[in-house]
Amino acid sequence: MIEADGVGRTFTVRRQVVHAVRDLSFRVAAGEFAACLGPNGAGKSTTIKMLTGILTPTSGRVTVAGLDPSRRRTALARRIGVVFGQRTTLWWDLPLRDSLELVRLLYKVDRKVFRERLDEMADLLDLGGFLRTPVRQLSLGQRMRGDITAALLHDPAVLVLDEPTIGLDVVSKAEVRDFLRRLNAERGTTVLLTTHDLGDVERLCRRVLLIDHGRLAFDGTVDDLRATAPGRASIEDVVADLYLRSRGTPRTPHPAPLPARDLPSETA
Amino acid sequence: MSPGHGAAVSLYPLLAWYGFRRHATYWTAALAGAFTNTVFGVLRAYVLIALWQARPGLGGYDVAAAVTFTFLTQAFIGPMQLFGGGLDLPQRIRSGDVALDLVRPAPLQAWCLSEDLGRAAYLFAVRGLPPALVGALLFGLAAPRAPAAFLASVVLGVVVSFGWRYIVALATCWVMDDRGLATLSMVLTTFFSGLMLPLAIFPGWFGDLARALPWSAMAQVPADVYLGTAEPGGALAFQAGWAAVLIALGALMTGAARRKVVIQGG
Amino acid sequence: MIRTYALLAWTWTRAAAQYRLSFTLVTLGAFVVGGLDIAVIWVIFANTDTLAGFALSEVMLLYGASQLAFALADLLFGNVDRISQHIRAGTLDVMLIRPASPFAQVAADRFSPHRIGRAAQAAVVLGVALARLEIPLGRVWMVPVMVASGAVIFTALFTLGGALQFLLTDAPEVANAFTYGGAMLNQYPLSVYDARIVRGLTFVLPLAFVNWQPGLYVLGRPDPLGLPSWTGLLSPAVALALAAVAALAWRAGIRRYRSTGS
Repeated sequence: MIEADGVGRTFTVRRQVVHAVRDLSFRVAAGEFAACLGPNGAGKSTTIKMLTGILTPTSGRVTVAGLDPSRRRTALARRIGVVFGQRTTLWWDLPLRDSLELVRLLYKVDRKVFRERLDEMADLLDLGGFLRTPVRQLSLGQRMRGDITAALLHDPAVLVLDEPTIGLDVVSKAEVRDFLRRLNAERGTTVLLTTHDLGDVERLCRRVLLIDHGRLAFDGTVDDLRATAPGRASIEDVVADLYLRSRGTPRTPHPAPLPARDLPSETA
Repeated sequence: MSPGHGAAVSLYPLLAWYGFRRHATYWTAALAGAFTNTVFGVLRAYVLIALWQARPGLGGYDVAAAVTFTFLTQAFIGPMQLFGGGLDLPQRIRSGDVALDLVRPAPLQAWCLSEDLGRAAYLFAVRGLPPALVGALLFGLAAPRAPAAFLASVVLGVVVSFGWRYIVALATCWVMDDRGLATLSMVLTTFFSGLMLPLAIFPGWFGDLARALPWSAMAQVPADVYLGTAEPGGALAFQAGWAAVLIALGALMTGAARRKVVIQGG
Repeated sequence: MIRTYALLAWTWTRAAAQYRLSFTLVTLGAFVVGGLDIAVIWVIFANTDTLAGFALSEVMLLYGASQLAFALADLLFGNVDRISQHIRAGTLDVMLIRPASPFAQVAADRFSPHRIGRAAQAAVVLGVALARLEIPLGRVWMVPVMVASGAVIFTALFTLGGALQFLLTDAPEVANAFTYGGAMLNQYPLSVYDARIVRGLTFVLPLAFVNWQPGLYVLGRPDPLGLPSWTGLLSPAVALALAAVAALAWRAGIRRYRSTGS
């Protein structure tokens, strides 16, 4: 469902070429739930932007839902849903309900289908209490639930979330996680999220992609991840180890000798 | 002299310096503003040249004086903040942070004035000089008649401008729609400061009124001092008078704002 | 694209209409602020009978036509000049993940219907000028054509200014010099300006086709530069050509954004 083949992305900052992402290759199969981890500035957001068509890669090839995001941006937009944890895709001054209605019209979702989906989502995400509230007055947790609803109204095959649980309290986090798990399990929606919260990884994902210095530093299951540091009790320590290990080595020529391997696609 | 008093004396220059530095970080915006002010200056100059060709000597200016007037007033837009704003106060009132400002031992108005003088000094250099230089290159500008008096007049103009903007900003405490107020202030300032046309050519009683209002102290009067079309002593006294009135009014409003915000809690 | 625009604009209009009093006041404010320009013209003509060879009614015609064109462009597409804010706040990213034209989304974002106040003020001035001038029917048909072409030219300018902001994200004010500067420039007969400037405005940045050339045709006056009287009839063609250039520049801007990720 998501394919990256030798994807690279350079930026020119003050006449110096910076490699934000280099030679990144991975595949996420349909129906998978994958998390993309990595320290700040590792290239996660750049990767997300290339997958969603906001940014054009400088090298390599990306295919999402069968489309090249940078060439077929609009067509892709109808097949994927995107959620940004740090900013909203809703209209700040409009009530949530009006924002969702606008999304419906922009994505040309049939009115009847919209009503059914909204009812379902309102039930699952408990939106009822704040559908009439302007988005700027929503709490972060309410806003995030609204944003997830907006991203799913057109029933996309892929949902990409950039730090969806950032800043949420324990209860909101649990609600969002629970919803995403059900979405993936019951509807078969492919989910890719980035996060700094390892609780997201442990509770949601079987698959972990660890990006550091713009490269894929680890690709495997959560259990594989634990196996890289058998002595460690918590997954936080394991990941901290990985980050530190790759920081200890210089950026060139290769970050860290970590077990990077491709998972065979679970569904063909 | 108590040590506390000594600290207060050095506080305000320091605040002015901070104001200067804070605006220096937005140098690209300032240069873009200077560019815009210059382009508009050229356009306005041609309109005035056409008017003065039809009516030579109008309002006591010759063509060269009218052109100089145009570029001077364009140069004043930045330092005198003729389009309004320049103060953080409205945002701080809306967010409630102003309560913190009002309980500080230093008076809020003096605090803001110091920062604003620093801002004006920076914008005088970065947004004031480019339009004047381009004007001089394209049209040739008249030299200042009394440079020292002109500088004093510019400083007093900034104080009058601050006094007015402070009142407008503080009114946010009582008026819900501060955007409407800002627009009203901008209309009054741009029209009655002499920015759009010299007040000297406003006809009859309307002209007398326009020349007596505080806004004329922000652009018309300093420009007249520069051109020698106003007697410096009287001009500076006029500006100082309005500065005193507006600052006093602002001080009264600060007291009222403190009672409203600190005692009633917003 | 039109559908997206209409949708978003309608939503914002409904949002604005919820605060009826505020909406009325701001619309009246826009009317009054526009009236300030006409006050300046009034002061000028209190001092002289003609400005660069044009009488008050003729200047009012030129002013009314260009300001109406500008106000319409500003009402419908003026928000394109907020593109640098969208770039800095990251909201352009949000627009790019939607299946709709980013141009329509930026132009319609925070659509402010109160700007109609400014258009109304300009329309009043234009109406008064037409009533005083008694222009023959054979030429008066050019007035609506001139306003429409002018609106397209100003829209193209707003778009070019927006495209420029992809390069000058930190200094969006530079673009204002062209859009608002262009509007101010056209308030007066171009004969007040130096002939070199007027040539530049005819052949390079074709602001002379907003109201000057077609205005000369409507008024039945010869062009000071000696161009034939039918030059004014070219306004619609010039407007479309400039719109095409602006569309290309905008596309280039979006492409640059997606390839630099600023």
